[in-house]
Amino acid sequence: MDFSLSGEQQQLRDSVRGWLKSHHGFEHRRAISRSESGWDAATWTAFADDLGILSLADIAVPHDAVTVMVVMEELGEALITVPFLETVVTGAAVLRAAGGEAAQALSDGIIAGDVRLALAWAEPDTRYGWQPRTTRAVREGNGWRLDGLKSVVVGAPWATHLIVSALTDTGTSLFVVAPDAIGVSLMSYPTIDGRRAADVRFEGVVLSGDALLGEEGAALPVLERVGDISIAAMGAEAVGVMRRMLADTIEYTGQRKQFGQPIASFQVLQHRMVDMFMQIEMATSAVYLATLRLEAEPAERARAASVAKVTIGEACRFVGQNAVQLHGGMGMTDDAAVSHYFKRATVIEGEFGTTDHHVERFISVAG
Amino acid sequence: MDLLIDADDLAFVDEARIFFERDYPRDIIDKARAGIVLTRDDHVRAQQALQARGWLGVGWPAEHGGPGWTPVRRYLFEQELERAGALSIIPMAVIYIGPIVCAFGTPEQQAHWLPDILESRAMWAQGYSEPESGSDLASLAMTATRDGDDFILQGSKIWTSGAHWADWIFCLVRTEKTARKQDGISMICVDMRTPGVEVRPIITMDGSHELNQVRFDAVRVPATNLIGEEGRGWYYANVLLSAERVSYAHVGRKRADLAALAVLGEERLGANNGFRQRLARAGIMLDVVEISVLRVLTGDAEPAAVSGLKIACTQLAQEITALWVELAGRDRSALVDRSAAGWSAQAPAVPGFAVTRTASYLFERAQTIYGGSTEVQKTIVWRHLARGGALGRRA
Amino acid sequence: MNLDWSDDELAFRQEVREFFAENLTDELRSAGTWMTSVYADHERSLAWQRILHKRGWVAPAWPVEHGGAGWSVAQRYIFARERAAAGAPPVSPMGIAMCGPAIIGHGNDWQKAHFLPRMLSGEHFWCQGYSEPGAGSDLAALQMRAEDDGDALVCTGQKIWNTHADVANWGFFLVRTSRLERLQQGITFLLVDMTTPGVTVRPIVSPAGEHIQNEIFFDQVRVPKANVVGAIDNGWTVAKYLLEFERGGSAYAPDLQVRLDQIEAAARTVAVGDGMLADDAAFVRRLALARIRLAAFETYEFRAMAGPALSGASASVMKVLGTELQQHVTELGLLVAGRYGMAYQPQAGMPGGQVSLPHAHGTFVGPRQAAVAPLRYLNERAGSIYAGSNEIQRNIIAKTLRL
Repeated sequence: MDFSLSGEQQQLRDSVRGWLKSHHGFEHRRAISRSESGWDAATWTAFADDLGILSLADIAVPHDAVTVMVVMEELGEALITVPFLETVVTGAAVLRAAGGEAAQALSDGIIAGDVRLALAWAEPDTRYGWQPRTTRAVREGNGWRLDGLKSVVVGAPWATHLIVSALTDTGTSLFVVAPDAIGVSLMSYPTIDGRRAADVRFEGVVLSGDALLGEEGAALPVLERVGDISIAAMGAEAVGVMRRMLADTIEYTGQRKQFGQPIASFQVLQHRMVDMFMQIEMATSAVYLATLRLEAEPAERARAASVAKVTIGEACRFVGQNAVQLHGGMGMTDDAAVSHYFKRATVIEGEFGTTDHHVERFISVAG
Repeated sequence: MDLLIDADDLAFVDEARIFFERDYPRDIIDKARAGIVLTRDDHVRAQQALQARGWLGVGWPAEHGGPGWTPVRRYLFEQELERAGALSIIPMAVIYIGPIVCAFGTPEQQAHWLPDILESRAMWAQGYSEPESGSDLASLAMTATRDGDDFILQGSKIWTSGAHWADWIFCLVRTEKTARKQDGISMICVDMRTPGVEVRPIITMDGSHELNQVRFDAVRVPATNLIGEEGRGWYYANVLLSAERVSYAHVGRKRADLAALAVLGEERLGANNGFRQRLARAGIMLDVVEISVLRVLTGDAEPAAVSGLKIACTQLAQEITALWVELAGRDRSALVDRSAAGWSAQAPAVPGFAVTRTASYLFERAQTIYGGSTEVQKTIVWRHLARGGALGRRA
Repeated sequence: MNLDWSDDELAFRQEVREFFAENLTDELRSAGTWMTSVYADHERSLAWQRILHKRGWVAPAWPVEHGGAGWSVAQRYIFARERAAAGAPPVSPMGIAMCGPAIIGHGNDWQKAHFLPRMLSGEHFWCQGYSEPGAGSDLAALQMRAEDDGDALVCTGQKIWNTHADVANWGFFLVRTSRLERLQQGITFLLVDMTTPGVTVRPIVSPAGEHIQNEIFFDQVRVPKANVVGAIDNGWTVAKYLLEFERGGSAYAPDLQVRLDQIEAAARTVAVGDGMLADDAAFVRRLALARIRLAAFETYEFRAMAGPALSGASASVMKVLGTELQQHVTELGLLVAGRYGMAYQPQAGMPGGQVSLPHAHGTFVGPRQAAVAPLRYLNERAGSIYAGSNEIQRNIIAKTLRL
């Protein structure tokens, strides 16, 4: 049992933090999220060339969950917009499970900074279940024909490739689809945290045979695992988001004076910040648990991921709401960094399953 | 970073499991399970069984008779003990004063007190809180005045667990009035049979007698009973505490409780979703608490997190007692004297757990009050945060 | 003791229902139904105010002699409940609910005759100016100066959190006219024409991207002394009177009942596994708990409105519990929205101000309820901050607990 980081991991963390601190300040973030496309090319290029962290998507080596955790926490604290989670974590996890040349080529593309992925899994009627209901791929000649609608595909407007789950004759399967293929239409919109998503419609999209990722009909367990990998990484991001909110709140309440003294001198506010801190600590432990159990057998892995998602979801809500509250009116403005972090925390709370969803999942896997 | 338990420790877990099955007094486990109030002698026999294996002085260095375990191994031991339904070690002697005497006692003190603790010949009580010094412990007023080779003790201690069973009590006393109130505090051990020591019971709301008030009226204590230096008592009381802060976690007992609640919940409530959800949330919290405890044991957590963990552990303990009471439903109202076997005949239609667990529900309200109340802990955590602890990082 | 409406009250309810049925257009109904905060779309809210004005129903709490409806508290409650159920937009509170009562209670005859009719008709649209950057929770620390200059006060300083100041043509302000020993002394309650030279309004954008709040800068703004409500240096009395009004003046429960119904209806359209969210055990339980909280709270509101006063702090109790319940209801809305709650689609709602963050126009994806849910959730966080934060309210309540 060991909770320490390796020297390499510490070094990587420091260099990621250093770069983000000098290149990805709040004003940069705000300007990017307010731009038409919301796309932060400079940061993505630096991730590829200067920091080399896109190489965590290399499927020739096993998923390095602890290093991903370390990086994600930093990305959370800097509130990045780029689709690192969607591409390097979620997308690469699908590729790794599929294997093969096509997957390796995409993985190489990610590392070079050329390929960005978005996983189109949810549909208007599936809520948080992995199984598609209406998106369907049927064999046509040597290839496939894809029809259906996917909802809130995060990162889709920035993606070079979509990974789409669809029903086929033998079950659920995964396909690589180009967003500009004939028959694919994106209805793009910003998300409340200033990123971009789209509802994606597929109408008679013709796919070649090698668009199939992995084995036909075998995608459900893959998606379950990919979901847990994503929850662990997103949880680490959440810890970074929350640590920053708490730090900002401590700083703000230390400076803000009312009744002739800093408001941080009021015990009721001190204890609130302590409650925030304790939730962050519990969330940190939960992320460790989910991260270190990713290679366990599926039920144990799922249990740990659901423990993490519930703990993170509740912490995100509590820490976020109170960070805003203790900033007073300032917390309710677009000018305050804390409101942007709060919105990211709110999105995280609702992605990959709500608290209720994961309490039920915990019950079903814990037996 | 990993959650792996090494092979030696795994072997130890097996060894401990067999020990509790084979070599630990079965009748005591059964008695505890049956909810019969345990006697002093029960505890003595239970601790003697542990000592027979050399496993009583859990936090003590090997040269003083401890098993010399790593924190993780000690944790595994406690897990197994609780899993088996064995009695927790009464902390006052073994967990609290023992390590202090090992670290700061004179060789004479060590020879005098430590063997009696390990052999369970002597039981101890802790004299910290006073009627006017609870959350503000450092304001304590009980005086120890030097008189030749002795100190004369005058004052009163309260909330003293097991003082009615104790042979000795270790007290924080004021030997000097100083500018910083912590500086005038000393630690001294008192033989409970000394003239002038008077124990008065405090009956708690569950009807049990565990707590006491202890009065000291001109009690003469040899100066050789002073621990370490005069005026350093506050330091001794706190310096070893961090290792003990997680001993209240009782993860094994909580896990056993949740498993029992799941089975009994199914039986009594069927697929009641509200109960199941609440139980699941407690289970989720327990998984998280366990990792947090392990982080503390392996040195990963910040000091602030250690204080915070006491809050989380005790709140979870209370939630579990609340789940039991929820399950008891109307049966919670039976109040029964459980000093003898067969007590359940007093309320034959009421399941035994409803009686014992309701009593626990009442008694365990104390968890968030003692050992530094939740509110006091939060103030301690705040001091860390105000010094910049919020963005502290793992090494 | 009973909880029933009287026959007269039931007849009144019928009258209100008929009025709504006849006068509420689809456009107005939409403005009320798809609000994203406690503030309705400005134009539509004003349009509805003019319709109410014709019937004499703009100001439920004002006496009839000043053009109000003169209703009993029970009638006001019934009206609020029916308004919420019908989906009518609320009338902006700054004039009718806040400045109006201040003028009625403390204004002179000229002020009553001049301002009240224009407030009712909507000709004057009001904003409030209390808080300053350094005076929020500690309102009495306000510093904006108003210097005596013959028949006028000359104002210089800054106000913040001024709802709808960008569209208001009048505002009521607290200004400092004297430096006296107690901070609460030396404050004056002043009515200001927002078109006076020297007044500058700057927008504040909310996390939901809406421009409802503002900052107001005053640079040597001359305001006639005739616009002082009450006496110079005695504005704190007026403000306190009004704060009580702001905190306890309107009931929360009527809107919350309707919101919970909407949430339940939306949950009936959301699939979970093989069933619907409205039947999901965890959701059913959450909704039931919210309804239980609301039932207890509504009864508290009934008790408060039936008088006599429950306690010195009942207005604060209502503000704390009401806003926290309101916030909780928006959490349930977000829960129902699921992943669609991640999308930023203000075009699906009827925000109370201009939206300045990038968003799609025209159409939107997912259910409309889901599009509005995150905006309501974000905006409602202000509920526990404005009008005296809930921490300040708890301090007020705590003072009444000491024997």
